[in-house]
Amino acid sequence: MGILRTILLRVVYAILLLVAVLVLNFLLMHLAPGDVADTISQSMGGADQEILDEIRVSYGLDQPFIVQLGRYIANVAQFDLGYSFFYNQPVTKLILERLPATLLLVIAAQIAALIIGVVLGVISARKPNGLSNYVVTFLALFGYSAPVFWTGILLLITFSLNVHWFPVAGMRDVTIEGGFWVHFIDVARHLFLPAVTLGSIFLALYSRLTRASMMEVLGSDYVRTAKAKGLTSNQVVYKHALKNALSPVITLAGLQFSAVLSGAVLVEAVFSWPGLGTLAFQSIIARDTPTILGILFFSALVVIIGNLLTDLALRLVDPRVGGQK
Amino acid sequence: MTWPVIQEEETPEAQHPFTEAWGMFRKNKSAVAALGLLALITFGAIFGPYLYPTDPFEMVWMPFSPPGQEGFLLGTDYLGRDLLAMIINGAKVSLMIGLSAAVMTVFIGVTVGALAGFYRGVVEEVLMRITEFFQVLPTLLFSMVLVALFGASLPMITFAIGIVSWTAVARITRSEFLRIRELEYVMASRASGASNLNLMFGVILPNALPPIIVQSALMVGSAILFEAGLSFLGLTDPNVVSWGQIIGSNRQYILDAGYTVTIPGVAIFVTVLAISLVGDGLNDALNPKLRQR
Repeated sequence: MGILRTILLRVVYAILLLVAVLVLNFLLMHLAPGDVADTISQSMGGADQEILDEIRVSYGLDQPFIVQLGRYIANVAQFDLGYSFFYNQPVTKLILERLPATLLLVIAAQIAALIIGVVLGVISARKPNGLSNYVVTFLALFGYSAPVFWTGILLLITFSLNVHWFPVAGMRDVTIEGGFWVHFIDVARHLFLPAVTLGSIFLALYSRLTRASMMEVLGSDYVRTAKAKGLTSNQVVYKHALKNALSPVITLAGLQFSAVLSGAVLVEAVFSWPGLGTLAFQSIIARDTPTILGILFFSALVVIIGNLLTDLALRLVDPRVGGQK
Repeated sequence: MTWPVIQEEETPEAQHPFTEAWGMFRKNKSAVAALGLLALITFGAIFGPYLYPTDPFEMVWMPFSPPGQEGFLLGTDYLGRDLLAMIINGAKVSLMIGLSAAVMTVFIGVTVGALAGFYRGVVEEVLMRITEFFQVLPTLLFSMVLVALFGASLPMITFAIGIVSWTAVARITRSEFLRIRELEYVMASRASGASNLNLMFGVILPNALPPIIVQSALMVGSAILFEAGLSFLGLTDPNVVSWGQIIGSNRQYILDAGYTVTIPGVAIFVTVLAISLVGDGLNDALNPKLRQR
């Protein structure tokens, strides 16, 4: 019962956060120079004041601020984020088409960074003076200091242009024919470099935290007990210690969703990955305000859902979390 | 966890805190080297344009002349502009925006964190909700939106970076304030009638500074990366050169001239690396207790 209630509270809170994002979106739309009427008149090649006024009335722009805000929120609640005059499509449809590609990239990068980061962290916690420690330190410095788009371009030059191991751009090769697995492998080959690039920022973070948390856990009493029972070192580390050492890492990974999405914008730009970031970039160039704000809303939605899922995952791994607020 | 052993020796003469911190900082060799490098980069950013007066916007030679040939140390870009001149002039923008965005970040973060940690209660609740709100918005996307809607002037870019980056500083400041406000010396000041403002900024803040300073140093690095990202995407003032922008405008030509992208990237990387190493050194100098981690 208690858990259900906390989850419910979280969901309510998440909805409130989303409404706040909507209000911000709306404010931005209002503060930005130009409105829908200007956009429409521009696409028609100019219009006089009378027509502008007419458009404003038909879009409800003559209504008081608070009425417009209410209407905007009501529309979004029905998944209507407005219309993109640049793409001639509803914004929601536009975004939903691109969202899967971004989710694929973001999730692949996070999972890769987590797995490699945790493995590196565990190895260097077990051998604090070994080679892996230098690797972790180096990765940490590189991951923090190298601009992610530059890392991406370097990988692109090395592995796509020089040795042709991976395709240069996009998510799939349209000329390829075949069954599911052929396409699966094709997408995986396209995904590899972008995911590695994006993961490189976070790999260091995870490996450092795993190392610290693992070292702490390895020094605790119950690990000593497990050793005293005669378990092998591997059993102690992977069956007993790792589970407890993981929960701060998962917490951190959950907090990174917004940063991963930010990074994805740049990585998508480098690899022409057909996701939200590329769409954001294109619609910014085209000054397509409804699409830009729609993307901002959707990415906040992704972050909030990501946070909720992290919370749940944490409860599964670590029962101690349940009681906290 | 091992505690540092306290050695019972003669108490040395009291050092000025700065002298003491510098002594600690100096022990971190890579931080000292990085500080020297940063000084050099700053010097280059300020005086470079006078020492090497080639106009970064001028076509000086054929496009894609490789580094070292035809008298251009770093070669020319896709428009035949001197890459060295562009790097030198770009340093100013990168450093300036990095610094001023970090200052803004620290200003907002410390104010929010101090108010939340000092007043607790409703104030804290509201401010921390606002902080969470800003953490939900993907930082780069939000600042892209701001720059796109309100124009890519340098002040706007600085604002767009600062307004999305302060949450970490706010959290650190708040937790320091929560800890320090309960200490006896603060109670003593309170009892002797210090005003709230004085307590916050005169009594508590000085002792909360060490982790804030370290974080601020790192913020400069992040802000430089942030600016590079924005200008890589073309969201920058077209009338100035910046490192990210050089990469962004040349990236279509990586097949012919990889160096036009690699070299400005090295400039960003080295600068941010130097800043983060100095941050490490500051951490050693200001938080000696944490060094054992």
